Amino acid sequence: MACISAQGELSESARSILTALENPSTPEDVASRTALPLFRVRAGLREMAEAELVTLSNSLYTPTDRGRSLLH
Amino acid sequence: MSSQETHKIQENNTSEATTTASLPRLGMAAPLFEAVTTHGKIRLDDFRGGWVVLFSHPADFTPVCTTEFLAFAAIAPELRKRNVELLGLSIDSTSSHIAWVRNIKDKFGIDIPFPIIADSNKDVATLYGMVSPGESKTETSRCVFVIDPNGIVRAMIYYPLTTGRNTDEIIRLIDALQTTDKHAVATPANWKPGDKVIVPPPATMEDVEARLKAGFECTDWYFCKKAI
Repeated sequence: MACISAQGELSESARSILTALENPSTPEDVASRTALPLFRVRAGLREMAEAELVTLSNSLYTPTDRGRSLLH
Repeated sequence: MSSQETHKIQENNTSEATTTASLPRLGMAAPLFEAVTTHGKIRLDDFRGGWVVLFSHPADFTPVCTTEFLAFAAIAPELRKRNVELLGLSIDSTSSHIAWVRNIKDKFGIDIPFPIIADSNKDVATLYGMVSPGESKTETSRCVFVIDPNGIVRAMIYYPLTTGRNTDEIIRLIDALQTTDKHAVATPANWKPGDKVIVPPPATMEDVEARLKAGFECTDWYFCKKAI
């Protein structure tokens, strides 16, 4: 999904996913809020977790401070 | 025979055995993989809970494959209604895939909505036995693997390089598999949604008697249909 460009900006789909994470959410929640296919949400969240933009706890994803900062 | 030759034969045998052992079989778990695609890095497991049609094509920027991609793009909305995602693959680079997808948009006005695996090193193609060396050692055949929400291989179709696939048949196949799962029935030749389905044959004499009284449309004890 390439959640962050070489310029350090969020991709469009990464921005959609992060925006949908207002509350701790499952990939299924995010998919229904964004209308993105579930497989893309899962892959995107995994990539964003590796980039430390989101954290996973008890099957729920939450944006990190860095993730939130990139939204603004 | 030198020890070096022996080692080579053992290596070849091991390689062949490994390849054979990993080839998908109907009713067995689809081999898992992680691959780079036009939509980023994707794992097969990302599709769990939904159906996947994993299909390969021989090469980007070739005419038959282009007609197939147009046809797959056309059925993508119908497949999505059935909780099915498409996942393409060929032994080409991501750059080649992106350039081809852009070319299809430019020349035919069609968006390709599904990801395409860039399997340059043949990892996934080897795992799924998509290369038919008798046809080509460098291209994947026109393979289709239908994988269900539990990650089980439910159907496989292999077409040669020269023959474009029939995407209506892929939808029909999905409809038949989903009908089988929902109603515990089988589907006859050329079945389409709305047609009568086959009631599985009875396994015991007691079942035969019960079957004949059940009100199915029976030609004989083993050949019964019903509407659903």
